[in-house]
Amino acid sequence: MKKPNSWQQWLLIGLGLALVALILLVPLVLIFTRALAGGWDLLVQNLAEDYMQHALMLTILVAIATVPINLVFGICLAWCVTRYDFRGRRLLSTLIDIPYAVSPVVAGLCYLVIYGVEGFIGQWFYERDIQLMFAWPGIIMVTVFVTAPYVARILIPTMQSQGAEEETAALTLGANGWQIFRHVTLPNIKWALLYGVVVTNARAVGEFGAVSVVSGTIMNQTLTLPLLVEQLNNDYKTAAAFTAAALLACMALLTLFLKTFMEWRQRQALAKAAAA
Amino acid sequence: MSLPIPRFFHQAPTLPGFGLSFGISTLYLSLVILLPISALLLYVSDLTWMEYWRAISDPRVVASYGVTLRAALYSSLAALLIGLLLAWIITRYDFPGRRLVDALVDLPFALPTSVAGLTLAFLLIPEGWIGQWLGFKVSYAFPGIVVAMTFTSLPFVVRTVQPVLLELGSELEEAAHTLGASRLQTFWHVILPMLVPALITGGAQSFVRSLGEFGAVVMIAGNMPFQTEVSSLMIFVRLSEFDYPAAAAIASVVLLASLLLLFTLQVVQSRVLRWQRKK
Repeated sequence: MKKPNSWQQWLLIGLGLALVALILLVPLVLIFTRALAGGWDLLVQNLAEDYMQHALMLTILVAIATVPINLVFGICLAWCVTRYDFRGRRLLSTLIDIPYAVSPVVAGLCYLVIYGVEGFIGQWFYERDIQLMFAWPGIIMVTVFVTAPYVARILIPTMQSQGAEEETAALTLGANGWQIFRHVTLPNIKWALLYGVVVTNARAVGEFGAVSVVSGTIMNQTLTLPLLVEQLNNDYKTAAAFTAAALLACMALLTLFLKTFMEWRQRQALAKAAAA
Repeated sequence: MSLPIPRFFHQAPTLPGFGLSFGISTLYLSLVILLPISALLLYVSDLTWMEYWRAISDPRVVASYGVTLRAALYSSLAALLIGLLLAWIITRYDFPGRRLVDALVDLPFALPTSVAGLTLAFLLIPEGWIGQWLGFKVSYAFPGIVVAMTFTSLPFVVRTVQPVLLELGSELEEAAHTLGASRLQTFWHVILPMLVPALITGGAQSFVRSLGEFGAVVMIAGNMPFQTEVSSLMIFVRLSEFDYPAAAAIASVVLLASLLLLFTLQVVQSRVLRWQRKK
């Protein structure tokens, strides 16, 4: 990396900065300006509305339920794919990419078809008075689908580059599986893992397409914050819509900050491992 | 005495935990990913060919395929150009604000898509901050869809090109330079060919992402039948008409198209890598 030393290079940088300002910074500024346009009191009042509180709680619930599930699964898949060599290994790591490629609306519909009242699993639950679709369990289920790949996708390259030597050494020293994972693997993948959690959380909080299919958009019941943004905008309650948007934008900014921090920590850890 | 190695393994496992991790992984993949997708295909297979064809060839639906494909193509090209520029300046030059730009690139990924759509729509209406400077309609028209898709797919290009550029280093450029190549020649003949696999991957990822994009697009598109309706929205429209079979039929088309793209991409990627190594 070097200091730019000719006007062409400065031109490129200027063009890039202008684009970043137009595409990324101005929208952020707009969100907070619009949220604060009616004054601080209106903002607080909008935040205190029942529907806003409810949407916030539901969104947090979805994130809390989704992240641990995909955390456990991501670790298992990454361990399985990077620590053993077996038939179908490539297939497993291709299958996990499917949620990236499938449109969220299609994903929502898939779940609706099987877990809806008319679907063969949904019916079984319905007869036992459990409604999955158009209720919060459905929202969690589709969110799990949409966010499934992230932890695994972040862990796999990290664990691949670290190799299994340390784990094998621990094994020959008599450690059992859990001890190996707890004392050897986990410290090595700590930052990548946290990074995966942050990314999964951001996607879980922000998911729109899949959730809107299975939510049924019932005010005070199945509206998550991203859906609330759309609903309020459709009702011409622009100030309230931007209030919800500002909450989500704060979450996004926090995500960016944590992500940058963890990438930095992970690079440090890798550098230390390389030096040792 | 040695036990026979089961042929399932290319190499006998030494570390414990294979059964557990393999079991959980396959169970999870089957339950969460494969089961719902096959359920959709099964549901669609209940339709007769006539019904299926009628659902997917409805003129309004066909128009939505066109809108989606065109918008995804334009936006992927735009994301490639902008993404390449950003990745280039982040990895090559040391300028004030570099770290901030690097962090902000992920904003479209962290910001919920409905928020992105709402914000872009308000920026680009004729009286909006940016819209007032433009001579044509962007929000609630076709260009709005392209803008929304470009926004959401920008990080994919930057984050695939960036590591390749980093690894490339500037030695090659300097070598080409000492051999008398101009900057443009160096970029065109030395750097760009090395970037081809990353650009293909990044471009394809943003294309796939754009095909399925829903939240950002519906907030800005205006959703006029035959003009600015994307395929994901058509599925949604059929659902709100309680026409589940038609929704599932359209969804199956979108699903098969995106799965086909995913697998094609994997094949192309390995081909390109092999071709590059041979060179």
